[in-house]
Amino acid sequence: MGRVYAIAGLLALVSAAAAAAPARDGLRDLYFGEALYHAYLGEYFDAIARLDTELGQHYALDEPALDPLHHHIREAEFSVGDFELRYRMHLRAGRAIRAVLEGDVAPAVRNEAAYRLARLYFQKHQPVEALQALERIRGEIPEHIRDDVAFLRAQVLMATGRFGEAAEVLRALQGAEGLEPFAAYNLGIALWRDGRQEEGGRQLDRAGLIEGSAPEVLAIRDKSNLVLGSALLEAEQPQLARRYLERVRLNGPYSNRALLAAGWADATLGRFERALVPWTLLAQRRATDAAVQEGLLALPYAYGQLNAYGRAALLYEKALGAFGAELERLSASIRSIREGKFLQALLREELKQDADWVIKLRRLPEAPETYYLMDLLASHDFQTSLRNYLDLEELRKKLAAWEGSLEAYAELIETRRAYYQPLLPDIDRAFRVLDSQMRLRLEQRERLARRINAMLTAPRPEFLATAQERIARERLAEIERAAAGRPPAERAAILERVARLRGVIHFRIRTEYDARLTKAYKHLQELDAVIAALQERHRSFVRTRQAAKQSYEGYDALVQLRGRVRAAQERVDALQARQGRLLETMAISELEKRVRRLEEYQVKARFAMADSYDRAVKAQAQERID
Amino acid sequence: MACRREENKTTAGMAAVLLAAVLGSSGAALAEDGVREQVKGLDEQIQEVKADVLAIAAELSRLEEKLLYPSDTQVSLFVALAPAATFRLDAIEIHIDGKPVAYHLYTHKELEALRQGGVQRLYTGNIRQGEHELRVSVLGKSRNGTEHRWSGSFKLAKGVGPKLASITISGPSGQGIALKDW
Repeated sequence: MGRVYAIAGLLALVSAAAAAAPARDGLRDLYFGEALYHAYLGEYFDAIARLDTELGQHYALDEPALDPLHHHIREAEFSVGDFELRYRMHLRAGRAIRAVLEGDVAPAVRNEAAYRLARLYFQKHQPVEALQALERIRGEIPEHIRDDVAFLRAQVLMATGRFGEAAEVLRALQGAEGLEPFAAYNLGIALWRDGRQEEGGRQLDRAGLIEGSAPEVLAIRDKSNLVLGSALLEAEQPQLARRYLERVRLNGPYSNRALLAAGWADATLGRFERALVPWTLLAQRRATDAAVQEGLLALPYAYGQLNAYGRAALLYEKALGAFGAELERLSASIRSIREGKFLQALLREELKQDADWVIKLRRLPEAPETYYLMDLLASHDFQTSLRNYLDLEELRKKLAAWEGSLEAYAELIETRRAYYQPLLPDIDRAFRVLDSQMRLRLEQRERLARRINAMLTAPRPEFLATAQERIARERLAEIERAAAGRPPAERAAILERVARLRGVIHFRIRTEYDARLTKAYKHLQELDAVIAALQERHRSFVRTRQAAKQSYEGYDALVQLRGRVRAAQERVDALQARQGRLLETMAISELEKRVRRLEEYQVKARFAMADSYDRAVKAQAQERID
Repeated sequence: MACRREENKTTAGMAAVLLAAVLGSSGAALAEDGVREQVKGLDEQIQEVKADVLAIAAELSRLEEKLLYPSDTQVSLFVALAPAATFRLDAIEIHIDGKPVAYHLYTHKELEALRQGGVQRLYTGNIRQGEHELRVSVLGKSRNGTEHRWSGSFKLAKGVGPKLASITISGPSGQGIALKDW
C-alpha cells in the first residue's frame, strides 16, 4: 500500500526521462544510486531487483523516516514503475498506476497517472481503454506532459476512428515543441480520413515541407509527401501527385514506394518515357522490397507501352530471374527457420538488449535465417515477440547461474555445519563457566558501587578501613579479651595501651576518610573500565558465537528457493519454446506471403514476357514485310 | 491482350494498393487477430514469470548477503563521479590493508551511467572490525587526452554493522578522490 501512495506523490515530480535527475547532486541513499546505475546501463532487471528489495526493506521498517531511502522515496517508487515499463512489465506497472488513480491524490498527480495508463493501453493496442483512461483527466495537467497528453488523445481518437475530434486536438498542437512534425503529419491524415481531403491535402503539403534536419523530421516529411502523392494518384490527379512524390528523398526509407508511385503517375498520364526514369532506378535496387519487385514488372510494362517489345521481353526475363533468385532465397530462409537456425541466430551472445539492440541485429552476418529479420521487425507483434524471446533467454541464463550458486551455497553451509557443530558444545561449556564468574564479579562491583554512593550522603569511615587496620583492630580486641585474666594493675596498663592504639586507628580512619573515599571512587572507575572491556569481549564472543551458528542455521529458505528456481526454469523453458515457435510461425507466415506474391508476379511476368516476345516477333515480321 | 488487360488492371489498382500500404501501419500482414491474441497471451505469461524471477532475485540477494557477507564483517564500496567531473575515467583499483580487492575498467556506457548520477557498487567483501587502510588508485584522461594516474589513502573504520562507503572521483587535481562513510 505504501507503494501506491508513494507513486501518487512521485508522479507529481518528474517525467519518465527525468526520473533520476534529482539524484545527480543530492544522492542520500547509495542503493538507490546503484539501481539508477543499472537502469542507465539498460539493465532493468537488476535495477528493479535492487530497488524492489530496497523498497521492501524500507516499508518493513518501524520508522521508515529514519531510512536514507526516505529522502528519495517518491523518485524511487516512480523509477521502479518506469523500470517495469521499460522491462516490458506493463501489467505490474499498470496495476500500480491504476491504484494511484483510485487513491486520494492531487489532481495533477492523478492526471499524470491517467496519462501513463492511457499510454500503456495505447502501446498494447487497446485504444478504447486508453480513451477511458484519458477521460479521467480533469483539472490541472502538469505542464511537462500537457502537449504529450493532447498528442496521445489525438492518436487514440484516430485509432478509434474519431478523426474529426482528433483533428481539432491536433490543430491546437501545431508548433508544439518536440511534436511539430508528428502533429503536422497526423493533422493531415486526420483531416483526410475525416473526409476533408482538400484541407487534409493542404496540411500534408505543409508537413511535407517542414524544416529540420533531424532523421525523424526528414522521415515525416517523406511520409507526408508519399501519402499525399499516393492519395492524389488514387484520386486521379497524377500530375499533382508527381509534384509531391518528387519531394521524397531518394535515399530515405520511403524512396522505393515513392519511385514506384511516381512511375505510375507518369504512366497514368500516358507519359511512359518519363515513367522509365523512376522505374529504372527502382529496378536496380534490392529485390527483397515489395516496391522494387513491382518495379521490376512495371519497367518492362512501360517499354511495352512504348512498343519496345524486345526490350520489354528482356526486362521481363530479368524480372523472372530476380523473382526466381528471391524465391530461392525465401525458400532457403523458410527452410533455415524450420531447422531452428533463426532462433539460434537470435541468441548470439552479442545480442544483449540495450539502446543499440536493433543496430546489433542489423549487424548479424547475412545468412538465410537472418536475411529478412529487419523486414520482419517492422511488425510490432514480431518485435514484441522477439524482445520477449530475448528477455526469456536472459532469465534462463540467470536461473541457470543461480541454480549453480545455490548448489555451492548448500555445500558451503554443510561445510560450515561440519566444522562448527562439533566445536560449539565445548566452547559453550567453557563460556558458561566464564560467564557465571563474570556475573559474580559484576554483582560484587554493583554492591561496592552502591556502598560508595551511599557513603557520599552518609559517611561510614569504618567501611574504608584498610585490611591492615581491620586486622589490627581484631588483634586489639583479642588483647583486650586476654587482659581480663591479668592482675588489675597490669590489665589497666594493657587496656590503656589498647585504647590509645584504637584511638590512633580511629583517628587515621576519620582523618583520611575523604582521601580514602576519593581513592575508592577512582578504583571503582578503573574497575568500570576493565569491566567495560570485559563486557565488550563478552558481546563480541556472543556475536561471533551467534555468527558461527547463523553461518549454517536458518537457511531453510535455500531449499525452498532451489525449488522455486527449478519451477521458474521449467516455466521459462516452456514459455521460451512457445515464444520461439510463435516467432518462427510469424516469420514463416510472412515469408510465405512473399512467396505467394512473387509466384503471382512470376505468372504475370511469364505471360507478359511471352506476349512481348510475340509482339516483338510480329513487329519484326511486319518490318520485314514493309 | 489478356496480359495487357491484366496489366491495366494492375495499373488501376496500383494507386489504391499503394495508398493502403502507406496509410496503414507497416507490418499489417502479421497483425492477424489470432497471432495477436497469441502474442498478447504469451506476453502476459512472460510478464508473470518475470515477476516471479524478480522475487527470486530479491530472496537470493538477501540469502547471499546473510551467507557470504554477515553484517559484522560486511563492507561495500561504491563509486560515484563528482557532478562537475570532466575527465574520462578509465580504470579504478582498490586496496584494503595493502591487498588488491577490486579492479575495474570502464566502458563508455558505464562512464555515461556514472555521469548521469548512477552509483556503481564496486566491491562487497568481509573485513574485521577496527581500522583499515583503504587505497584508491584511478587512471583517467583529461579532455585534451593527457593520461593521469592519481590515488588517495583513507582510514576505513569498520564497526559492528555493515560498512558502506562511497568513493567520489572528481579529477586528477586537488581533492581528486573523496571517501564518505554512510
